[in-house]
Amino acid sequence: MIDTSRLARISGESGKEAIQIQRQIVLPWSEAFRISIRNVTLRLGRALITGAGVVLGIAFLTSVVTSKVVQDGLSASQAAQVQSLAAATAGAIGGEETEAEGIAADVEEESGRQARQIWLVIMSLLVCGVGITNSMLMSVTERFQEIGTMKCLGALDTFIVRLFLIEAALVGILGSVLGLLLGHLGMLLIFCIKDGFSVPAKMNWLTMLGYLGIALAIGTIISLVAAVPPAVRAARMAPAVALQTEI
Amino acid sequence: MAKIECPECGEEIETTGIVTVCPNCGADLREVMEAVGHEVQSFRGDLVRDDSVTTHEFIVRTRGLTKIYTMGEVEVPALRGVDLDIRRGEYLSIMGPSGSGKTTLFNMIGGLDKPTSGSCFIEEVDMAQLDAFELAWLRCRKIGYIFQTFNLIPVMTALENVTLPMIFAGMGTDELMDRGQELLALVGLGDRLHHKPFELSGGQQQRVAVARSLANSPAIVLADEPTGNLDLQTGKEIIDLLKELNLESGVTIISATHDLKMIDVSDRIVHIRDGEVERIEERAELELDIGTLGSEHLPGH
Ligand SMILES: Nc1ncnc2c1ncn2[C@@H]1O[C@H](COP(=O)(O)OP(=O)(O)OP(=O)(O)O)[C@@H](O)[C@H]1O
Ligand SMILES: [Mg+2]
Repeated sequence: MIDTSRLARISGESGKEAIQIQRQIVLPWSEAFRISIRNVTLRLGRALITGAGVVLGIAFLTSVVTSKVVQDGLSASQAAQVQSLAAATAGAIGGEETEAEGIAADVEEESGRQARQIWLVIMSLLVCGVGITNSMLMSVTERFQEIGTMKCLGALDTFIVRLFLIEAALVGILGSVLGLLLGHLGMLLIFCIKDGFSVPAKMNWLTMLGYLGIALAIGTIISLVAAVPPAVRAARMAPAVALQTEI
Repeated sequence: MAKIECPECGEEIETTGIVTVCPNCGADLREVMEAVGHEVQSFRGDLVRDDSVTTHEFIVRTRGLTKIYTMGEVEVPALRGVDLDIRRGEYLSIMGPSGSGKTTLFNMIGGLDKPTSGSCFIEEVDMAQLDAFELAWLRCRKIGYIFQTFNLIPVMTALENVTLPMIFAGMGTDELMDRGQELLALVGLGDRLHHKPFELSGGQQQRVAVARSLANSPAIVLADEPTGNLDLQTGKEIIDLLKELNLESGVTIISATHDLKMIDVSDRIVHIRDGEVERIEERAELELDIGTLGSEHLPGH
């Protein structure tokens, strides 16, 4: 805990007064937000590079997911067509057998496709995570001097971490939204060109929105998690060391 | 608790053994205290200071300060046992050739790095005893820093740079805006409040840094080659500004420098070489009361 009497000794004031004045060191969240937003907007180039990792990763993830939802939608509408066709030609005996065979083949093909898609999603998350970690590391490293300076001005380690976390969250959210739009619309366009412009009408939009929300959360969380280790490391450095670091 | 008499002014002093200077005239009491069988404990930082005395003659003291950097197998001794007493309110210059350990000493005194051995006391408090929060507190309120490379936060305006330490100190928005503007006006940048560092010249950036160092009315301003990146004229202006602040607010200025212009304004010059104090020059001719003047006008809002 904070030993106010010791602080009072440094400040040359009596312990009682020290408690009254609340010899604190603070960085209100509102100020932290202001500083972080400034950091993102004024260093837009840097933020874009950091964000690019998020955008690409999330775009890839979203495109994989979109293609799954679209294909599900297409096969559902195909199945409906097949069913109505079967109903139209009702009475034709022997049709049942061939249909059963077709479904079995479909199931096999479907499980293979799903395994591939899961694999792709995992890969895309890895790509996303590595990209974001790398760029976060860079954006922290290039600001060692600034971190050292802030610590000289009285910043606690937690302030530094807080600033970088807010920044990472902002970049994560913006990058994810951009990536979402890019991946989703891009994939949709490809399907539209391939299968006709009725594709969007055939897909399940509720499922799609759910997936997009998950992708947004994943992008934000990954960029937060990626920012923590370098930010904590930088915050813990002795100010002299941070100040001396040259890049 | 025992009563002793000050050998200089005759003041009767009650002491627990921690106070070693006379609260009245600042005389060294250690001899008298030892004579009456008092253990002199002032070098121990874990003791609570007697509250009847709020100021000490020496604002900073270092004892046997060493710093050894290890680079892989090689050990580089940057400081080899520095004993230095820095008086309250003085303008102290630390001079020495490149690599002599000025920046290293600056870092130790400023609580920016830990010594390999030895101790550094600020207001009789051993810095090694302070935890992370207390160190941050010390840096925030008791010490102002000025660097050769200015080190302003590039995305912040001059005013925001100056007010950042006040935000950390928990000052209210109105108050810190006023004080920030006041400080920038003081260093002659009243019309440059909303300029970013890259829109300012080197000299102007250093002025902002000087204003920022004074943000929370520190007792000490530490400057590491503040004129190192400035031309002759601009450097002179910064030195004059620091001297003015030193005289007017009594803030102790400790400046590492190669700059011979600094000699004119310094009360004392510490020459260091190879990590050791080579000699200390007093500016006796400036003499008189600059030292005591400082302790009377303690910095305050
Ligand atoms: N981080 C470090 N790692 C290893 N050695 C260091 C480090 N910092 C300083 N040194 C060494 O310590 C010695 C003193 O360095 P310091 O920076 O204190 O010198 P200085 O007097 O400030 O020099 P200058 O006038 O060039 O700034 C030098 O020999 C330097 O090489
Ligand atoms: Mg140096």
